[in-house]
Formats: sequence, structure tokens, C-alpha cells
Amino acid sequence: MIEVSDLTRKFGSQSALDGVSFKVEAGEIFAYLGPNGAGKTTTIRILTGLTRRDKGEALLNGYDIEDDPLRCKGQFGVVPQHTNLDAELTVSENLLIHGRLHHMERSDIVRRTEELLDYIEMSDRKSALVKTLSGGMKRRLLIGRALMHSPTILFLDEPTVGLDPTIRRRIWGLVRKIQQDCTTIFLTTHYIEEAEFLADRVAFLDSGRIVAEGKPAALMAGIGEWAVDYLEESRLQSAYFPSRTEAGTYVHERANGCTVRRVNLEDAFISMTGRKIL
Amino acid sequence: MSNIMIIRGWSAVYLREFIILKRRLPKLIPAWSVSPLLYLIAFGYAVGQHVNVGEHSYLEFLLPGLVAMAGMTQAFSIASEINISRFYWHIFDEFQSAPISNLAYVVGEVAAGITRALMASSVILVLGALFGVVLSYNLLFWTALLLNCFVFSSLAVGCAMHVKSHADQTLLTNFIITPMAFLGGTFFPLSQLPQWGQKLLEVLPLTHAAHAVRAAAFNEPARPVDFIVLAGVGALCFLFAILSVNSAKG
Repeated sequence: MIEVSDLTRKFGSQSALDGVSFKVEAGEIFAYLGPNGAGKTTTIRILTGLTRRDKGEALLNGYDIEDDPLRCKGQFGVVPQHTNLDAELTVSENLLIHGRLHHMERSDIVRRTEELLDYIEMSDRKSALVKTLSGGMKRRLLIGRALMHSPTILFLDEPTVGLDPTIRRRIWGLVRKIQQDCTTIFLTTHYIEEAEFLADRVAFLDSGRIVAEGKPAALMAGIGEWAVDYLEESRLQSAYFPSRTEAGTYVHERANGCTVRRVNLEDAFISMTGRKIL
Repeated sequence: MSNIMIIRGWSAVYLREFIILKRRLPKLIPAWSVSPLLYLIAFGYAVGQHVNVGEHSYLEFLLPGLVAMAGMTQAFSIASEINISRFYWHIFDEFQSAPISNLAYVVGEVAAGITRALMASSVILVLGALFGVVLSYNLLFWTALLLNCFVFSSLAVGCAMHVKSHADQTLLTNFIITPMAFLGGTFFPLSQLPQWGQKLLEVLPLTHAAHAVRAAAFNEPARPVDFIVLAGVGALCFLFAILSVNSAKG
């Protein structure tokens, strides 16, 4: 379980996080959705002890990262936005070092390495140097490494950024599989479909503040069920309607160039902040 | 935290550095040989062939100095490795999000720096033997060399935590290591300098390291002050390194 209250962090005069509070229940996938620079990575860096907070409280399974860092760090695994694998080590050596850093017994490291390589479907690349792996394989290995010490909380910071759609879907399948083991997952993303597909609950983050929080369906239902996209003064605008019939009537009233589609999380975000996520 | 957890923490950091070092060794050994080889040829043969320093040939005088200097430069080079890990590979984040203490992290990196430095120094001993210089590599010799490596490896870890880019690291090397390499009693006896110059250079840890390593290699009586200074400065640098780890966080 993750409990965050009034988390605040400034970089110079710039406020990266401004009184952020939320709670993630055990076994839940919580998506943190917002544009670049909204404060998503800063939140993860504070929760994992990589960046200091100015104010607020953050508890992971009841342990505070600043008051009890060593016990707290044993609770979670992190998949960072930028690959931080050891390029000069092999796949299994990366897992070995992670296991040693988390005080695992040698026999447990050997057993868990076999299990995880099978889990992330990389058993055949066990002895390959990380620098020879593809982007998708590195992502899967990052996830595998984060799970090495069997954490109950997993932080995924933009886990599929830069990956092609096929590999992205494969990673989503892996994340779902991890959740089935009752792992609490904190996911940051700016891919709408990722949050819609994976998240039990979503928080919208904008300029360091949470502007809305809830189940994806509830957030979307708040603005309607159907959207009409149209061009106005060379800008793409959207109008939202509770039914397809009303959306169709609106399309008839306007000139050509309208598109009717289902409302998504980005629509909910735009209607609340006036800004796009991407 | 139990002692076993501290040990596992440092050994993980050390093991990572050691695996990489082992993998790079075929390239590193020739790289470690180039500078000492040039010094031995240029200063030992070309310039110093007919020069004696006390009862010893210049080559015999030079070799322990080169060993101390290589110990210093290679121990300090762990700073570059740490910063490559920090700024380019972001591996420092993996260590910082693991349940290991700052002490364990520093012990692991300092030990890795010492290992690297002792290997590079050993290469010079082999080169010296090829040039016909075999001195006494006794316990005091290795103790002095180990302390020297400890000082500069600890200093390197501390400095690596404070620099903001790899370019800053190069500046530190230029301002700290290069002057010490030339003025720390490696290439010439400090007794050649005026009194005030000798006093000034006595401040440098490499001066004490070069003196202690040379005295041991020549089977001359050791100056306890050299060992005390190296141990004291090493302890201070080690403390500085531990206190500096948090400053590398954002």
C-alpha cells in the first residue's frame, strides 16, 4: 500500500510537486497520468528515495522512505524511465547484482533468476551482454530485475515509452500478470490507452497538482460517452455528448471534417485542465 | 541493520565493479603499461642512465615513485567510473534505491578503486623487472601502497558525489592529481628543493606515499610519520566520501 500526503518539492523557484496526496491500495494498479514535466517522475524519485522532498509524508507499506529508508527500500522495485541496466554485464549478472544489493541468499538468487528469465521470456538470452539486447528486451529485463527480490510494490515510470505497439502490448500483458501476484503497481504514463487498459484507478497530474482521481470509466463518464472532433481556426477541438444520437445531430449541424468516436481519458484530462497530455 | 547486511551491500557494489574490471582487463593491462613504459624509457634510460640518487641508480629511484603515482591515479580513476555510471548509465540510481547504507556503497567503491590501483601498480613492478629493476616488495611496501590507494580511492568517491558533470571530474583530476603526480616525490628527491618547497610538498599525501614505498623497497628504515599521515588522511577522505553520498541525490 502507498499513502502519500501533501508531497511538495521545488527546484529553485519552480514547483515540481505542490501538495500531492493519494492512496494506492494493495494489489491495485494506479496510473499517474500527465504531460511531460507534470511531476510524474519527481513523485517516483521521491517515493523511491532518489530525490528529497521539501514537505509531506510518503509511506510504503507503512514505512517512510526518509525515516526508515533501508526497510522501506526493501518493499519496492523500480522500473525507471531511462534504462539503467549495466550494459557491460550479462542479463544474469544484472539480476545477480540486484539480488546481492537486496541481501538475497545465493541459492535464492539462482532460483529466482531462472524463474524470472522464464517469466519475462528471456531464458535463451541469459548469458548475453545487455548492450546486445533490443529495446523491448531491455524493458522486459528492467521489469524482471525490479521483481528479483519479490517486492510487494512496483513502480513503473513510463514503462513502454519508445517501444513499438507490439512490444508495448507484450509489456502490458506482463504488467497484468504481475498484478495477479497481488503486487501493488504505481504506473506513470502519458499513453492514454496504457492507462485505460491497465489501471484500476487514475490520477491526473498537471503542473505538480492532482486535478482529478478515480476509476477510468468514472472519469470519462463525467464528460459524456461520445466525442466529436472538428477543426476550428486550424485547431482540433472536441465536443462531448452523452449519446451517439446527439453526437450525430451535432455533426449534421456542422460543416464537413468532423469525426465521431468514444470518449477517452485524454478527453477527460483536457476538459479538466484545458491542456493535452502529449 | 545487521553486520551481514552491510557486508552483502558492499560486496554487491564491489562485485559489479570487479566483473567489469575483469572483462576490461585485456585492454586495461596494455593501457596501464604505456605511461610507465615511456617514463622508464625517457627518464630511466635516456635521461637518467648515468645519474645516481644516493646509493641507487635513477631507475631504481624512479620505479617506487611510479608505483606510488600509478596507485594514486588508478585509485582516483574510480571517480570517472562512478560518474559514467551516474550520468550516462544511471546505475547510481539502482544502488540508491536498494536497501544498502551509504557506508556499504562507499566501502564497495573504495575497495574497487583499491583493487584497480593495486593491479596497475603490479603491472609497473613487472615492467621494472623487465628493465632489470627488482627491489624488495615486502610487507611495509604493500602496506604503504595499500594506504596510498585507500587515500585516493576514498577521495575519488567523495569527489565523484559532488561533481555535476563528467567535465567537472576532468577539472578535478587536472587540479588535484596532475600536480601531485609531478611534485609528490615521484621523479626527483625532494631534498633537491629549497627548505620551504620541501615543507610545502610534505603536505601532499603522495609525498608520504612515495617516501614510504621507496624506503620499504630499498629496505631502509620506515618513517612512522608517513604511515600515520596516510592513515589519517585516508580516514578523513573516507569519512568525506560517506558524508558526500547524500549530496549526489537530487
